[in-house]
Amino acid sequence: MHIKYLVLTGVVMFATASVAFAGPGPSGGTITGKVTYEGTPAKMKPIDMSKEPSCAKMYATPVTSETVVTGPGNTLADVVVYVSAGAPDDAAPSSAAVFTQKGCRYIPHVLAFQVNQELKISNEDQTSHNIHPLPKLNREWNKSQPPGSPAITEKYDKAEFIPVKCNIHPWMHGNFAVLKNSHYAVSSESGAFSLANLPPGKYTITAWQESYGEQTQDVTISGSETKTITFVFKAKPY
Amino acid sequence: MKNIRMKKVCLVLAAALFLPLAASAQQMESHIGNLTGHSEQGQQLYYRYCWGCHGARGDGNGENAPYVTPNPRNFVQGTFKCRSTPTGTLPLDQDLYNSLVRGFNFTNMPSWAALTSQQRADLVAFIKTFSPRFKSEKPGDVIPIPPEPALTVASIQHGSELFQKLECWKCHGQEGRGDGPSASTLTDSNDQPIRPYNFSSSNRSKCGSSNQDLYRIFMTGVDGTPMPSFADVVKPEEAWDLVHYLRTLQTNNKSPELTMWEGTKQGAEIVNAKKVENTYTGSGVKP
Repeated sequence: MHIKYLVLTGVVMFATASVAFAGPGPSGGTITGKVTYEGTPAKMKPIDMSKEPSCAKMYATPVTSETVVTGPGNTLADVVVYVSAGAPDDAAPSSAAVFTQKGCRYIPHVLAFQVNQELKISNEDQTSHNIHPLPKLNREWNKSQPPGSPAITEKYDKAEFIPVKCNIHPWMHGNFAVLKNSHYAVSSESGAFSLANLPPGKYTITAWQESYGEQTQDVTISGSETKTITFVFKAKPY
Repeated sequence: MKNIRMKKVCLVLAAALFLPLAASAQQMESHIGNLTGHSEQGQQLYYRYCWGCHGARGDGNGENAPYVTPNPRNFVQGTFKCRSTPTGTLPLDQDLYNSLVRGFNFTNMPSWAALTSQQRADLVAFIKTFSPRFKSEKPGDVIPIPPEPALTVASIQHGSELFQKLECWKCHGQEGRGDGPSASTLTDSNDQPIRPYNFSSSNRSKCGSSNQDLYRIFMTGVDGTPMPSFADVVKPEEAWDLVHYLRTLQTNNKSPELTMWEGTKQGAEIVNAKKVENTYTGSGVKP
């Protein structure tokens, strides 16, 4: 009797699990991998924030610029890896992409989000910033944000990589990656990225680094397999 | 016979050269008051007066462009400095027209007051044909400017506090001389060095000289330059106080604001000290 009950529970559990797997929802293949560099990247210069004491005092040692961010083992962080062809355009998610000014730096340094997705920009510093993204295809605007003012919300209607700067603090520099679909990732300090939930098909994967440019690879996904690819950028010594 | 053939060749060449120009320009209209501008007429004027700097394609790459700082405006991007509309939006036809009348102080762009108003309206219509944005977008909603309240010393003082709070001095300097700590690092959107407005010079600023123009400049921002929009952070009633204070920084311009400010002990001291070049007057210190 007892055993019968156990078996029955097992069957029910198995059935539930298989329904969960077979049903609609996140499924499909995955592309994972790593972004690395070869050669010697330029040494990132320390930033002199002495003109903005409220920010300078937040750092024991001066922070460096972030145009090339490397990790141990020649890995590259802040590289946008995305499906540039093969996937249909996606509607923007309802969640907002968040961009923060803190310690006179942009967090994150590279923010990837989708076309028409809400972008929320906030200032956590004790100083005024002006947010000045410099698009070529989208509208160019420039807004002041003194300390304690509410978040600025904006959106972009065309896919583009947009440099962002603050004119008041010339060392502040960041990037928006406005993308057409939801299959994108920004590499971590270990250079790792993962693009999940890719339906079977042939994809062009592009990796974008703000100083080193773009690289592409074609990847074919069948079923729910996981494919591993590597992007290797040639480091520029200057 | 040979002559005729040469003529034909010349004609074909001329057509090949100028057709792309004609083709790129589809027709547009501009509406300024009760004037209607037509791009076909504006085109003739543009290729006579404007293309030397702004280029045949309106991309700011005319023959003279390499020698012109700041660079001539690129009309294709549809980003314009002087607007009555919010930052990032298209200007009104009237805004473009006003820019033609004024010209741009401190740049190579002269005033086109010598043209007729109809000609300027036609030019505005033609300039709009360069950017695809004018086909797909409407101009932004005009930033409302409430009537100017009476000038008081309190208003000037409050304006001075706003000048501190909004950190205008970071670029424009405590004395409004355009020499703030960030001034030397400023670049425009073409990566060319650009200077913040020097109030003490008392020159007309790029986007006009009236109190309303001043109000408009910091509320709309000057797109394509480091000057941001303060529309989200300055309340309309406060904005007039800032205008009143900014006027007192124009120490060579006998404005009612300056006269009133000089009438107070505190103001007179500050203004006198400001007239001495390169001195720090402490005008930023809260009264």
